[in-house]
This record gives sequence, C-alpha cells and structure tokens, in this order.
Amino acid sequence: MIKKEMIAMLLAGGQGSRLGVLTSEVAKPAVAFGGKYRIIDFPLSNCINSGVDTVGVLTQYQPLRLNTHIGIGIPWDLDRNIGGVTVLPPYEKSGNSEWYTGTANAIFQNLTYMETYNPEYVLILSGDHIYKMDYEVMLDFHKASNADVSIAVMPVPMEEASRFGVVITDEKNRITEFQEKPEQPKSNLASMGIYIFSWKVLKEALIKLQDQVNCDFGKHIIPYCHDEGDKLVAYEYNGYWKDVGTLGSYWEANMELIDIIPEFNLYEEFWKIYTSSEFLPPQYVSADAKISKSIIADGTEIYGEVYSSVIGAGVTIGKGSVIRDSIIMKGAKIGEGVNMYKGIVAENTEISNNVEIGVGEEKENHYKPDVYSFGVVTIGEDSYIPPNVKIGKNTAINGITVPEDYPNGILDSGETLIKAGDKS
Amino acid sequence: MRAVGIILAGGNNHRMKELSNKRAIAAMPVAGNYRSIDFSLSNMANSNIQKVAVLTQYNARSLNEHLSSSKWWDFGRKQGGLYLFTPTVTIDNSFWYRGTADAIYQNLDFLKRCHEPYVIIASGDGVYKIDYNKVLEYHIEKKADITIVCKELPASEDVSRFGVIKMNEECRIEEFEEKPMASSYSTVSAGIYVIRRRQLIEMVERCAQEDRHDFVKDILIRYKNLKRIYGYKTKEYWSNIATVESYYKTNMDFLKPEVRNYFFRQHPDIYSKVDDLPPAKYNPGGEVKNSLVSSGCIINGYVENSVLFKKVFVSENCVIKNSIILNDVYLGDNTHIENCIVESRDTIRANSYHVGEEGIKVVIEKNERYVI
Repeated sequence: MIKKEMIAMLLAGGQGSRLGVLTSEVAKPAVAFGGKYRIIDFPLSNCINSGVDTVGVLTQYQPLRLNTHIGIGIPWDLDRNIGGVTVLPPYEKSGNSEWYTGTANAIFQNLTYMETYNPEYVLILSGDHIYKMDYEVMLDFHKASNADVSIAVMPVPMEEASRFGVVITDEKNRITEFQEKPEQPKSNLASMGIYIFSWKVLKEALIKLQDQVNCDFGKHIIPYCHDEGDKLVAYEYNGYWKDVGTLGSYWEANMELIDIIPEFNLYEEFWKIYTSSEFLPPQYVSADAKISKSIIADGTEIYGEVYSSVIGAGVTIGKGSVIRDSIIMKGAKIGEGVNMYKGIVAENTEISNNVEIGVGEEKENHYKPDVYSFGVVTIGEDSYIPPNVKIGKNTAINGITVPEDYPNGILDSGETLIKAGDKS
Repeated sequence: MRAVGIILAGGNNHRMKELSNKRAIAAMPVAGNYRSIDFSLSNMANSNIQKVAVLTQYNARSLNEHLSSSKWWDFGRKQGGLYLFTPTVTIDNSFWYRGTADAIYQNLDFLKRCHEPYVIIASGDGVYKIDYNKVLEYHIEKKADITIVCKELPASEDVSRFGVIKMNEECRIEEFEEKPMASSYSTVSAGIYVIRRRQLIEMVERCAQEDRHDFVKDILIRYKNLKRIYGYKTKEYWSNIATVESYYKTNMDFLKPEVRNYFFRQHPDIYSKVDDLPPAKYNPGGEVKNSLVSSGCIINGYVENSVLFKKVFVSENCVIKNSIILNDVYLGDNTHIENCIVESRDTIRANSYHVGEEGIKVVIEKNERYVI
C-alpha cells in the first residue's frame, strides 16, 4: 500500500503581476533568480533536502516554462517510482469545471491526488519565496505541539508588519488571533505562507468550504480551523526568507547574493539548491574584462566590465560594455559599448551596441507606478533594443522594438514600451 | 543507428605522470566542466547510438563514479543503455584485460547478443565532436572491412605516441606504423573504428586463439593487406589528452574563441554529469584575464591565461598564470602558481610558490583541509 507520511503541495499558479513584464510570458515561480536558478528551485530543493519526496505542483498561469523546467523532477531527485513531482493543472470535470479560483480551492480540486498517497500531514508551500528551510524540523515541531495546523512565521520589524498576515500567539506558541495586513499590528510575527496540516483537518476544512468563492488559506481555511477549535500553532523561523513579489524586492534579493559572505549563502554543501542546468560549459573571461562583486553563471562570455551584478547562464557581454547593479538572465546578448545601471534584463533579450540603460532623472512610471519603481529598468524576455538608444529610469520594455519607438533616440524615465506578451 | 558503441577506457600510461595516479585517463577533467569520456559518450548519444559499453580497468572507480548514472547522456533507457565492463574472474578466465582486443574478447557475449550490424569503437581520451553516422556511411560506401578515423597533424608534431597511417588516393590504408619513433607521414589514427559486428567477433576470437591481445598490433596491422581497411579523414578539431603536455595544450585550446564556439555553442552539445554548483563568484580584489572559470569558483585573486575547474577557491593576493587548476582546489593567500597543473581536491597553503620552469609542473601537495 502506498503511504507517505507527509506530502507537499506547492502553489505555483500565480502570475505575480507586480513583477511586470518579467511575468508576461512565465509564471512567477519560473522567473530566473541568482544567475542559474528559478524561484521554484528553492521550495523544491527544500522539499528534497527535508526528505519530502512527493510534491504536487499546482500550475495555472503561463505554465509552459514551469512544466519544461520541472520535467519529471530529475534535477531535484524527484523522479521516483512512487511519489516524486507531479504537475497539477486545472482540469475539466463532468460537472462544474473551473479554474483554480483561490489557493485553497486549487488544493481542494486535487483532493484525489493527495488521497492517493494516504498522508498523515500535508505541507502547503508557495512558489515565490527565496529561503532554505528544513520542513522536517517543522514537522517535528507540529507533532511535538500536538497541533492540527502549524503556520511558519518570522519576526519582522514592527513597522513592516502591516504588509503581512500577522499572528498573535500565547506563550506556548498557540495562535490566538489573526490580522490580515493590519493597520495596527498587535504582533510582529508574519505568516510565511507555509503550513503543515494534519490531513484529516485539512480534508474536512476543504470539503466544508468547497462552495466558498475564491477559497483561500489565509482568508478562509485558517480562520475556519480556528473557529472549529483546532489547535493552531506558530512555528517561528529565524533564517533568511525573502518574498520576491515586487521588482524592488526581486532586485534586492539578487543583489544580496553578491556580498562577500552573503546572508543567503548558495555555497553551503549541506543544503544544496538544485536546478535544471541547460548550460554546462565554463564561462570565459577575456583579457579586457573586469569583474568585481558579481556572480556569473555557466557558459557566459564576458568581454566587458561587470560590477555588482548577477549574470545568468549563456549570457554574452560585449567589449567596452559596463554593467552595474544589474540582473541579466539566461541567454541574453549584450552588445558592445552598452552602459547599464540598475537593469533587469529577462531571458534571451538582445541589447544592441552603444545602448545606454538607466540614464537621467528618476521619474514615476506613468503606466504602473506601483510596479515599475525603485529606479529599475525592466526588459522582458525575447526583447530587442536597437543600437544607440538611451533608456531612462522606472521604465519597462517588452518585445521587439525599433528605433522609431524611441523619439530622438530616447525612452524617457517613467515611460513604458510594451509590444509583446499579455499587456501587463 | 545501426551500431553499438564500445569505448575503450581502461588504459594508463606513464606520460600522464602523477595525474593518472588516482584516476583513469578517460576520467580526466577537461575544459572546466567536463571529463574526457564525455566527448566520446556524447558523440555516441548524439549519433543516436542506443547501446554503449565502456571497458574500464585501470583506476576504474574514478570512471564508475562519473558514470554512476547514465541519465546525463540520455542512456537511461529500457532499450539499450550504458554498460560498464570491468574485468571479472570467471570459470574460464582469471586475467585482467591484457590488451584492447582481449578486453573486447572477455566481453564477447555482449557483442554476440546484440542485433545491430555494426560496432563503433572509440577511445575515452579524445576531445572531439563527430557524427558516427557519417563515418558509417563512408564505411559502407567504401565497402570497407574496417574504417579508421584519422587526423592530419602539423608536420612539426611528434607522432611517436600515435598510430601513423599512409593511405593511397582512395584512402585505403597501405601502411600502419604503431607508435614509430619517427615517421615520414603525419596522418594519425584517432582511435575510432567502424567495423561489422560479425567481422569483429570473428577477428577477436581468432586473436584470442593465437594468444594475441591488441587491437592495433594484432588486428589492424596484421590484417591490413588482407582486409579492406580505410581511413576517414576528419578536418574538425580532434585532440588526444593522454600526455601531460597535450592535456595542458588541449585545455588551453578552449581559450580560443573558435574552439569554444565549436564545442560550447554549436549543435550538438557535449553532456556531462551535473554537479549542482552555484554560479562563480567574483569578490572585490579579484581579477581574471583570458581564462575559463567554472561553476562554484570563488575568486579573490589574480588569474590570467588559465583554466579554473569546478569549485576552485582563489584567496586574496594569489597570482595564477598559464595554469590549470583542477576541481575543488583551495589556494591559500599570496599563492603564486605559474605553468602548473594543480591536482584536484588539493589544498595549497598560503604563500606557496610553484612555477613550472621547464615545461608544465604537476603540483600535488595532498595537504589536509580543515573546514570550519
């Protein structure tokens, strides 16, 4: 008989609209991170490193890249005879067919998948956080507390607590109250969106709330369990954890990797992060190149200068180009004489010679000021930038652009140039 | 593909000096992220050969480790796959492989049970890309009994470690000198052969009856007037790494853009075991010029005209020039390395000074590493 003590359900269907053009063609968990990784590699690697070998990945928004990346799970050792990784898209049913309408609704629609493994516990994860966590330790805590639901929480500065779901606990870590993005937070323990449920409790709650519109863990399932008198405990986590949901936090999290001894260290042997590597060859650094305070992935060819940047696999940086404080993803081609400051360049984009990126005064973005801020220039995947143009700050570009798109050869700060993808 | 593959990876020779003390030549790291056998193996996979036997003997563990899973070369198949044959004691044999022909003879059951009409034999110490289908087509077109892939070397190059070939205008081989001290010809065998499977079985069995064991001396040379043996000239890059000098040179060849482009960017790819190392990290104070750097490296010092293999740690004020630093080497502060090959997993203490004065120096310190 098939029996897994704990299985994981990884929510990876969200668009992540606050990442702007970076997610115009891929789901947020598939966005590149740290040179050679994708965001989903972190929870997936945590799973296998924690001994969780059965993972259902729930996909919905733009799943192609994610499906290709996960494959049958070989890079994470999740290709198993029993269990392993399974991609779970929404599917048509004889009765009422629907998309995944909320986090808990997505899990509910996959009750059969979970039942196959006859689990004692179910771990709910989301695919958009950068962290290393041993879920086995959390499970031990769950068991020792005799809990029905454990919620991973981390202390955040009080002034930031209003951005999160906050839990209030008693001295024994039992949760007594919740606040969802409160104006006056009563605690600084923020929920990390990581839950362990005892299977019976989860199943009961999902079935009871199956008709709830947009059924969500934070808004519906957890409060329901609380009202039912189930034992909810907070598992306090004190390591590095970063929500990379905005362009600013995404840029920041990448930049934190290049510190001499980074707080989030990829070089630790005992907790490796796995990924599907398409590029194997070493990187070449030419006689004219200068590189400092940067991380650079395999298969790159560097002829220019790179400072404080994160460079993805297979990238070429031409002679005389100077890249500062930027993130360049897999397969991008940067021509000669390019000047880049605070750019985020998505996969396979080509930037022609003598382009200047991140110039001029900082101005608010006209199109989506809450997305394209932080002074960053965001360029979506498979884009093309013609030679000799200048691009200002807080700008976004997506698609093949031509010189005519740049009046007087300039895209002013705060402008947006979107010629491809869902208009995001 | 109508052929099975055999990769001869059992050999050792004194020309590799200390570098082959702990590993088979076919397991030598090459070009930063690869091992020598990856080239022949990837060529087989890319030529759609489904079944490959690797014959190993000397320091077999190093190779077994690298080949512990066949999935990286896409040989994890129900049909065919990757077979590793090390010598075993049986009821009628208690010898090591006494030569290349003997190695095949001792595993003749494998060949007899195959159904593919042809066999591609390759060596594990060549760095090259080739489509074996093209060689097989040529073999059939020439109605050859054996086809040898060969490469014209510059006249200045020493051929004394190769099989030297003289062909007529139809490319039929007329003379074959094995490792001559000097030769008037400059075309050498690349150690890649195509032969009909039945023919190979017959020749190897005959060889064994006569107590002969070497594929080159006892088959190629002895049969060359009787059988139709043809040469297939390749104009592409081919290099054999089996001496310290050629090993050094082959790695340094990858600093040339055309060589990198040929192997790294042009279809088809070369595959290797994936190590899950993070991207290389360049800290302030590091400086790298005209060098290859592999994943997992951390650089705080000066590196020029060198190849850094995986997970090399270069401490502050180090100077590395014209050198090859193999996998997982730690170089302490102020170390100076020039014209050297530093053996893998070594720890070079701070303030060390190694310079190859006449030729390439192989550095092996075997210091303990203390990890905090």
